[in-house]
Amino acid sequence: MNAAARPAPGNAADADAAAATETSHGLLTADGLDFRYGALPVFTEVSLSIRRREIVALLGGSGCGKSTLLRVLAGLESPSAGQVRFLDQPLERPHPRSALIFQHASLLPWLRVEANAAFGLDFRHQPAIAAGVRQSRVREALAAVGLAGREHAWPAELSGGQAQRVALARALAREPELLFADEPFSALDAITRAEMQNLLVDVVHRWHAAVLLVTHDIDEAILVADRILLMGGRPGGILAEWTVDVPRPREDHPGAVTALRLEILAALRDTFTQATAGVD
Amino acid sequence: MPPRLRFLLPLGGLAAALALWWLGAALLARSIPIASHFAPLGALRALAGLLGEALLWEHVAVSLKRVAVGLAFAIAIGVPLGVLTGISALFAQATGPLFQFLRMVSPLSWMPIAVMVLGIGDAPVYFLLAFAAVWPILLNTAAGVAQLDRNWLLLAKSLSATRFETITRVILPGITAHILTGVRLAIGIIWIILVPAEMLGVDAGLGYFILDTRDRLAYAELMAAVVLVGALGFLLDHAARWLHRRWLHGR
Ligand SMILES: Nc1ncnc2c1ncn2[C@@H]1O[C@H](COP(=O)(O)OP(=O)(O)O)[C@@H](O)[C@H]1O
Ligand SMILES: [Mg+2]
Repeated sequence: MNAAARPAPGNAADADAAAATETSHGLLTADGLDFRYGALPVFTEVSLSIRRREIVALLGGSGCGKSTLLRVLAGLESPSAGQVRFLDQPLERPHPRSALIFQHASLLPWLRVEANAAFGLDFRHQPAIAAGVRQSRVREALAAVGLAGREHAWPAELSGGQAQRVALARALAREPELLFADEPFSALDAITRAEMQNLLVDVVHRWHAAVLLVTHDIDEAILVADRILLMGGRPGGILAEWTVDVPRPREDHPGAVTALRLEILAALRDTFTQATAGVD
Repeated sequence: MPPRLRFLLPLGGLAAALALWWLGAALLARSIPIASHFAPLGALRALAGLLGEALLWEHVAVSLKRVAVGLAFAIAIGVPLGVLTGISALFAQATGPLFQFLRMVSPLSWMPIAVMVLGIGDAPVYFLLAFAAVWPILLNTAAGVAQLDRNWLLLAKSLSATRFETITRVILPGITAHILTGVRLAIGIIWIILVPAEMLGVDAGLGYFILDTRDRLAYAELMAAVVLVGALGFLLDHAARWLHRRWLHGR
């Protein structure tokens, strides 16, 4: 399941070099990324890396450029400057070994749950797999998100949480190395959100996938992530970084969680003070 | 509204129209005696007679076939052009005024040219019907694409879908309700254009039949044909609505 990087065939020396770089720099590396909408710079000089199986939260207030950065890292948008490398290849379009989930499940209402979860597996730019393998992957993914038995339901019959589970299954069925998630639970009620956060951690561990989770919710970042990147400023940049060394389940360690929470809040206050001082 | 009223009111409307028809024909018959042939009773009796004749059904069959062929051409042209208009701002801008202009030309204006280019027979009728019906399909298709959920397109993009995959797997199924709305409007338009289009250069169909009754001075049959055209159009529209609803409920 956890396939190694596949360098261009026929050059063993290059392949070894590539494997070496990958282990040192991680699954995804971004170097000196700039992005602007016309004249408006959204972020500049963003460099980061995500290691295999690592859950990274990108935390920041709304409008600070998190979604835009995610889109660039996922290959949906090209940066104005800088480079994204995924599995040690320059990224030009969304990679077949990455998958996305968004705030809206965006299920296709004319397809049943199973077909929604399988959507895209047979596309031309996706790795070819036999129909039988495809079905077993989809069933496995649906079972993992707790939707076994609902394969033949229509999206209109699902609750918001269930729809988001299908979206998660659709991503898992592609067996991604890296899952990009843009505020995937922010439209859900608090109880469903907590369930989904635990489910996300559980399934990405089982699937050996890494995650880049965009969120504006400090608690979500602390409960889910192995590492937190704080984004902010104008134009945006990565302002601070924390490694979350709290054992899971993190709800059982309220002291450590609260300490980290206060640390992050203090950092946020500092950046805010700096920003207002800059204006004066 | 009580259900019984919902059933009785349309019947009342029809009865009132019948009374007015009868009154109009009677008044007209005072100055033009032959107008008495237009009266409802004679027309309905003629209709009952005609419905028993194979000839009438042949005319109906010819007309329905023309509707089907005209509609098929209109869909085959209108849907791709509508999708193109919806996904390409360049194409939409280049063709916007042109389409608005063409749409406002009565399709029947093309009749002389159509006959000259396509010859006498079914071909110019197909052309006129398709030309009249293509606009509601094209415009509804384009509106459907414009209203498509952007997140679906983002999903397709995140799967590196090819343009063909995006169109066939996301856009077309996503706008089927809009296309069906366009098709329903197109059927109505085709049915309206059909009768005059069949009055020129063809020797079968309901339009031809109406002219034929006039030439035979069979005015009761002429009125019968008018009633039949209305009734068939009504049924066609209801069938189209039913299909539309079925699609919307089926998912
Ligand atoms: N398509 C767009 N065109 C112009 N500006 C945009 C567009 N999308 C986002 N922006 C701007 O870029 C900035 C960052 O947006 P976004 O990445 O969505 O922030 P976040 O996800 O952190 O809330 C915002 O100021 C927003 O107004
Ligand atoms: Mg956002």
